This record gives sequence, C-alpha cells and structure tokens, in this order.
Amino acid sequence: MSLTVEETKSRNQALIKEVLEVYPAKTAKNRAKHLGTFEEGKDGAKSDCGVKSNVKSVPGVMTIRGCAYAGSKGVVWGPIKDMIHISHGPVGCGQYSWAARRNYYIGTTGIDSFVTMQFTSDFQEKDIVFGGDKKLEKIMDEIEVLFPLNKGITVQSECPIGLIGDDIEAVSKKKSKEYGGKTIVPVRCEGFRGVSQSLGHHIANDTIRDFVFDKLDPNRSFQGTPYDVAIIGDYNIGGDAWSSRILLEEMGLRVIAQWSGDGSIAELENTPKAKLNVLHCYRSMNYISRHMEEKYGIPWVEYNFFGPSKIEASLREIASHFDDKIKEGAERVIAKYRALTEAVIAKYRPRLEGKTVMLFVGGLRPRHVIGAYEDLGMNVVGTGYEFGHNDDYERTNHYVKDGTLIYDDVTGYEFEKFVEKIQPDLVGSGIKEKYVFQKMGVPFRQMHSWDYSGPYHGYDGFGIFARDMDMAINNPVWGLTKAPWK
Amino acid sequence: MTQNTANVLDHFNLFREPEYVEMLENKKKNFEDAHPVEKVEEIRDWTKSWEYREQNFAREALTVNPAKACQPLGAVFAAVGFEGTLPFVHGSQGCVAYYRSHFSRHFKEPSSCVSSSMTEDAAVFGGLNNMIDGLANAYAMYKPKMIAVSTTCMAEVIGDDLKGFIATAKLKGSVPEDFDVPHAHTPAFVGSHVTGYDNTMRGILTHFWEGKERTPNEKINFIGGFDGYTVGNLREVKRMFGLMGVDYTILSDNSDVWDTPADGEFRMYDGGTTLEDTKAALHAKATISMQEFSTEKTLTYTANTGQEVVALNHPVGVAATDKFLMEVARITGKPVPLALEKERGRLVDAIADSSAHIHGKKFALYGDPDLMLGLTAFLLELGAEPVHILSTNGGKEWEIKVQALLDSSPFGKACHVYANKDLWHMRSLLFTEPVDFLIGNTYGKYLERDTGTPLIRIGFPIFDRHHYHRYPVWGYQGGLNVLVWILDKIFDEMDRTTNVPAKTDFSFDIIR
Ligand code: SF4
Ligand code: SF4
Repeated sequence: MSLTVEETKSRNQALIKEVLEVYPAKTAKNRAKHLGTFEEGKDGAKSDCGVKSNVKSVPGVMTIRGCAYAGSKGVVWGPIKDMIHISHGPVGCGQYSWAARRNYYIGTTGIDSFVTMQFTSDFQEKDIVFGGDKKLEKIMDEIEVLFPLNKGITVQSECPIGLIGDDIEAVSKKKSKEYGGKTIVPVRCEGFRGVSQSLGHHIANDTIRDFVFDKLDPNRSFQGTPYDVAIIGDYNIGGDAWSSRILLEEMGLRVIAQWSGDGSIAELENTPKAKLNVLHCYRSMNYISRHMEEKYGIPWVEYNFFGPSKIEASLREIASHFDDKIKEGAERVIAKYRALTEAVIAKYRPRLEGKTVMLFVGGLRPRHVIGAYEDLGMNVVGTGYEFGHNDDYERTNHYVKDGTLIYDDVTGYEFEKFVEKIQPDLVGSGIKEKYVFQKMGVPFRQMHSWDYSGPYHGYDGFGIFARDMDMAINNPVWGLTKAPWK
Repeated sequence: MTQNTANVLDHFNLFREPEYVEMLENKKKNFEDAHPVEKVEEIRDWTKSWEYREQNFAREALTVNPAKACQPLGAVFAAVGFEGTLPFVHGSQGCVAYYRSHFSRHFKEPSSCVSSSMTEDAAVFGGLNNMIDGLANAYAMYKPKMIAVSTTCMAEVIGDDLKGFIATAKLKGSVPEDFDVPHAHTPAFVGSHVTGYDNTMRGILTHFWEGKERTPNEKINFIGGFDGYTVGNLREVKRMFGLMGVDYTILSDNSDVWDTPADGEFRMYDGGTTLEDTKAALHAKATISMQEFSTEKTLTYTANTGQEVVALNHPVGVAATDKFLMEVARITGKPVPLALEKERGRLVDAIADSSAHIHGKKFALYGDPDLMLGLTAFLLELGAEPVHILSTNGGKEWEIKVQALLDSSPFGKACHVYANKDLWHMRSLLFTEPVDFLIGNTYGKYLERDTGTPLIRIGFPIFDRHHYHRYPVWGYQGGLNVLVWILDKIFDEMDRTTNVPAKTDFSFDIIR
C-alpha cells in the first residue's frame, strides 16, 4: 500500500488539483499558492515548503483561523495569572474564550489569580454610540475595590474599540497614575487587525515591551545567578511548562520566569535579568525575544520538548550556552530519563509503528511534534499552519520528509478532502475539526488543548503523548462504525 | 522520576508528585512576588461577607463571569436548523471560530459556519467585496440550499448594509438570483444570543413570507428557541405531536445536524426544516414558541401575518407540560391521547415517590430567561424552595414575570429575582445567603468550588459533562429527566456527607 516518494508527490499534485476545482477561478488561484508538496533539496535551506502564508483568508471558505484578540488575550496575556485581563467590548469574545485554553496555574482564583474568569465591559449600544472610555475608567475603579490583590490590568480590545475611536491608552495612563504607577496595559488587538491570531501575538509582545519593560523601576532588586533562564512561549496547556521547567532545573538552571503559562507580572519583570531566553513557541513570542536580545543583550535559543530525540538535542543545545556544570547537568538529565523513554517506546512503538498522521495546528506544533511521532515509529504525511509565516515554513523543512503534503490556512473543504483521500491513521488538529473526522471514522486528537489531557512537553509529557496517540488509534470504536449487515 | 509506563500519570496526578509540588512552591516563593498567604486568606474571607456583597452589587460598569453570549451565536443556532443551510457571519473571522468551537464543545459535534473574513481594509471601505466573494466561495464549495447571513460587531459598527450587499452580490453572480439568502442584523452590543436567535428566525421567516398571501390551513408551527437541549427536546416534541396526530412544522429543527452518526460519513448538513415547509408555514393556523424571550420579534411578526401566537416559557414539569399540550389540543382540535396521559401519570408518580427528598430544599439557579421560568415552575411543583434566581440576559419584564410565578406558590415566598446580574453577583449571594443546591451551566463549577454549593448542571453551555443535550427536558419524559438529575445530586450529596466511618456513617443508608 505504501507509495514511493515520487508516487506520493504525484498523488499530492493530483489531489491539490482536484480540490482546487471546486473554487471560483479567483479563489482557486489564491488557494493554489497555499497548497504544496515539500520537495527536499529544492530552493536550498531557505525553502518555505512551497507555500505562501500569513496573508488574508479568503471570505466564505471556512478558515480555521481566529483573530488578533485571540492571539493577545487567549495566548500571550490571558495566562498571566495575577493580572486582570478585561475583554473590552461586547460580551461574546470573552465568553467564548473563557477558560477554554487550559492554561494551568496555581493560585486562588478570584482573590490573587484571575485566569479562569471572564472580565468584560459588556458593551451596550450606548457605549458604541457615545464611546466606552468613561465606562472603562469606572471598570478599573471597580476592579480596584473588588479585587484588591490584582497586580495589574490589561485592556484587551475587541473589534468595536478601534472602530469607535476610544482612547484606551489615555484611560490606562490616567488610571495607572491614579493607582500609584500600577501596571495598566492597553492592547490594540481588535480582531480585524492582521489576518489571524498572529498579529495579536505581535501586538501583545509589543505592549509587554512598552508597558512592562519600559516602565521597570531601575532600582528593582533582583538577585541574579549565572544560570538564570526564562521559558518563553509556553502556555502551560495541561501543565506543559511545568514538565519542561523541571528538566531545566534538574540540569542546574534557574528558571526565573514563565511566559506566560502560570506566569506572573513579577516574572515578566524578572526576565531582562535572564542569561538566556529559551523559546518554545517561536511564532507567538519571537518578537519579545528579539527585543530582549537587542535591548538587554540576552541571547535566545529555540528548543523543542516534544519526544525524546528532540528533547535530548534541545537540552544539549541549551546547555551549550553555559559552562561545563550545566553541560554535565544536561547529560545527567538525559541519562536519568533514558530508561523511562525506552520503556515508553518499548510499550507503544509496536502498537503505532508505521501509522500515518496529518496535522493542522497553530504556533510551533505543526513541526515541533513531528519528532515525537517519529520516536514512536509514526510518519507525518501532511501538515500545515493556521497562522504561520514564511519563517515557520522555513523551519518546517528541517522536520518534514520529502513528499509531505503542506497546506497553509487550510479550508474546511480542503482538509476534509485531503483526509478522505489520504486516509491517515490519525489526524491532529483542533476542536472545530475533531468531530468532522471522527464522524468519518478517522482517529483524532486535539493538538491545541491536548484533548483535555497533557502535559505533552518534556519526558513526563512524552509518556502521556504516547498513551494518548495509542488510545486514539487503537480505540475499538473504530471497528464499529460500519453496521455489520451493510 | 515520576512518570511511569505501566500507569501513565497525566496532569491529574503528575503534578501532585512531591518533586512537582516542591518545584511549584519554590517558583512561587522565589519568583512570583506573591501576596502572603495570610493576606490572601483575609481577602478571601472578606469576599464572603455582606459588606463585600454590597460593594459587589454596587457595580455599574464591570461584568464578571456573565451567563450570556452574543447575538451571532444565536443566529448560527437558528440557521443550522434549516435544510442544507450554511450560516454566514459577515464581519471579522475570529468570532466565527469562537461560535464553532463553542457549539462543538457543547454538542460534541461539528459546527459548520463561514465568515466573510473582514480585515482592516474592510473596516475602512466596508465589507461589500467580502460579501461578494464570500457568498460565491461558500456557494461553490459547500453547496448549500440556503445561506443565512448575520453579522459580527465589526460589520454592525461600520454599518454595512446587508440587504444591499446581498442584492449586489447576486447581481455580480455570487449566487443565483433566486437562491435563498435571508439575513439578519445581529449586533452583539444589543441583547444576547437569544436575541440573535430571534432576529435570525424573524429574518428567515420574513425572507420567505414577505409579500405572500396567507391562506390559513390546519397546520401549526413550532419554534423551540435557543436551547442547549434542542436535540433531545425537538425529538421529544415530534414524538408527542406524533402521538397526538398533529400536523406541524418545526421552524429550525437542528436536532439532526447536532446529533449525526459516526458511520464513516461527515454530514455537513443533516435534517432541518425544508425550505418548502418554511415557505408554507406562513399558512399555519398558529405558531407556538417554547421560549417567549427568545422569540419576541418573531412572534410579533408571526402575529401580524394573522396567525394565532402562543408563547410559553421553556415548559418543564407537569403543569407546564399540561399547558403546552392543552394549547396544542385547543388549537388543533386533537385531544391529548391516553398514551400521553399515562406518561403524565408516571411523572406524577415519580414525583410522589421522591419528593420527600426535595421538599423544602433551597435552590439557587441562573441561566437564560425562559429556562429560569421553566425550572422555577418545576421546582415549585416539587416543593423545593428557590431562593436566588438570576439571569444575565433577563431584564425588567422577565423579573416581573418570575416574581408573579413565585407569588403564585407558598414555596416561592423567600425568593429573590436578579435581572442583568452575573455569576460574581451569584457568588456573593451564595456566600451570604447559602442554599442547598445550585442549578446552572458548566461555569457554575467555579461557584461550586468557591462556595461549596453542589451544582446540578442544567443550562447552556455544558462542556464538562457529556451527552445531556441528547435528553429532553420538555414533555413528561423531559420532566422525569430533570427530576432524576436533581435527585442524583441530592443522593450523591447525602452519601458524600455521611461516609466518615465512626462519625457520620450511621446515615449512609442503602435504601433511600
Ligand atoms: S467581536 Fe462581537 S460578534 Fe464577535 S464574538 Fe466578540 S462580541 Fe461577538
Ligand atoms: S503552540 Fe499554539 S496553540 Fe500554542 S500558542 Fe503557540 S500558537 Fe497557539
């Protein structure tokens, strides 16, 4: 059944041609640029996998993408636990994203932590007509009374804010002054900006620069050590940042901040003192990492904590920025967990060997998880990014095999057709896709929320990842989808 | 080393292992600049006080943990109940990703809906081109029988003219001239998801009925309103109508599209009210709505066509179902059959068997306006005592209606009604005036955790329990389901609070 690379490539070409036929001419031309097959060696190392990315989604096609607000409130700012994030505008955006992303944290919710709460200005018609600045001021006053232990406020703008000419910057500034220099951050992440979540990440990164870093008290005391690192771009979904942190600490590093899962404003403020920033989700936090490099001279390194091969390489890569003590620490950690990873592989690989996977996710996952699948003997035969840029696709070509089908900002229609034709053993994508494929009888795992499982990062996470992929694929229910009398 | 291949530890247990506990304590101590534990405790205690409650209720601008969503969600809910209908939300695309996720999390089903993906340039120039291209693409790709257009905030704020845009798109050939593209403006800064349902329903009916001559017939129309139990409820209603021999049209029947089989095929559309039936529904004798506050404008419009209109309030329990069936019987002239009378008797029997456990128990409840009326009536029937009834999207009119219902029963004397309040208000109510049980949606679990009030999950959305939407809460069968859910929690609580050996376990009874 298995095709040669050349056969796969021509199958993919035919498949792409077939799906494009459904579109009106103009849309077909547009979508053609986002669909391709990875050709090894073509265009050298700079290859973008042959697809265009980070441009507007076509209207009416059922894109899977979200918006800038989701990128800022949902991803970057929302998990900072001791601040209150106001979904500023009408009730909907905040309601649908309320506690949906599983950013785990330790704290007393409603008293000193606020992540799984929905604070909204619940705009009414009069706020649209007359503006919401007065209301926003009052909201901040009410927050100060009712939630006195909050360590700061962010204003997460929804679509209407930028359209009605509100001055949330002025309100924030005024209130910050009134509350003795309290951190109050206006974020212009209205959903119509940009083409996806991605611009929201960028805007949110910039506000951390402007409203946290640039306002740092120069006399802020912080006892640094030569081994201080910050975890950047881990949202602690199902505890991912924790199962990563433990490894960094075991190798002798001191993690002074988590961005932003289980993070706190104090940790954001600590970060300019880091010796190295370790960056997991490049897409959502490369901006602030670059800024810290320029401004504070902090180098940054990307790492990948999915699956033992990548973890091992990443631990060494991180250690290479430090002295022998840390290098030895990395080796010690690798050795310590070897028995565990071997046991996981021994248990699950025979059950998963040769199984094929198609992915469609955001951030770093369309490439980062490939190694973990390969550690289990599985092959990723198709992948794509919800809101990737060129540099994501460039990074992807180190991961994918020759002939992998690539789909950028895939539409509901395309994804369904691709899966129908390729018949992978597993699809990994989001909640909106999950039930489509399960109805088709294709095993599925949500790869944003970890399907309510996790963590998947680190050695502890790998065992869970392996178990979950096994339980999806080898679920007896897939043998029941056809009625026996048919 | 914590992980273990024989018994894989995931987040539930992994982070309770000592190395993680220690790691997280150190994180807090060394890097978070956290408030001292005593301070946190002090503030926590204060938030339980009457003083805090008063300040909390003095809020004028801030909303915390509301129990309502925005209009377009209701628009999508109504639209998918029509045969082959693709909801199309004009505006920015992020909203649509949210509606689809929200429904998928509740129904555990695919939720198909497209956006016109308006971006910054559309904010400046308007979204006409997005409408033109969007309709053309959606029509070509997803081959719908109808596209129902609604709007997000963005399109509303910039004032896009849906009617004109759709007409232009048709002229440009996006969809055939005679293709059905009903529309409704659904601004999120007015009302809530139930308003969006109403506007969309009215928009679809207007699209098919406007300018048509009505020749009354003997059929009746039935509208469910925005309802998390739509799958179970509509099936139950159809069964009851079948038993009565009623000739009916359900307007927006989404019971199939949100309960499709896993048999190897993905059905983007399934079931639904046919467009023919929707057109013909103009001639019906009457329209019955199960949710007044979800269909206010729709019912006004329907009444103006000359139909009789009956508005109920999410009927749950014996008397409410009696009323529903008697209205149907009166309008259609078909008597309530013996089979339903027997079901009624069985529900009464079940209540008689169990009411000793419910009688006098105090309840707090929150949710959509009509659901609150339905559940309150049932609680009163059970001899339970509602104490706090709250609705974020219920207004003055609703409050008056609930109060009238409470006044009609001795069990409603000690109850207060809270319109336009949120779950942070409810938190204060539960601390200052505690009750035995709380009824609400999934988000009530935070109240349960904070205040210790056991939560009975009835409402929308329910994300953290599976398959309840497949069960009806309407009809006598539905009443039985609600009764059982309430009882299950009561009995679970009895067992949970009587299981300490040599202390409380004398009441750990085997027969209750
Ligand atoms: S932008 Fe408006 S329409 Fe969209 S989800 Fe938010 S409140 Fe609803
Ligand atoms: S990994 Fe994904 S789901 Fe996560 S933030 Fe990056 S963008 Fe998003």
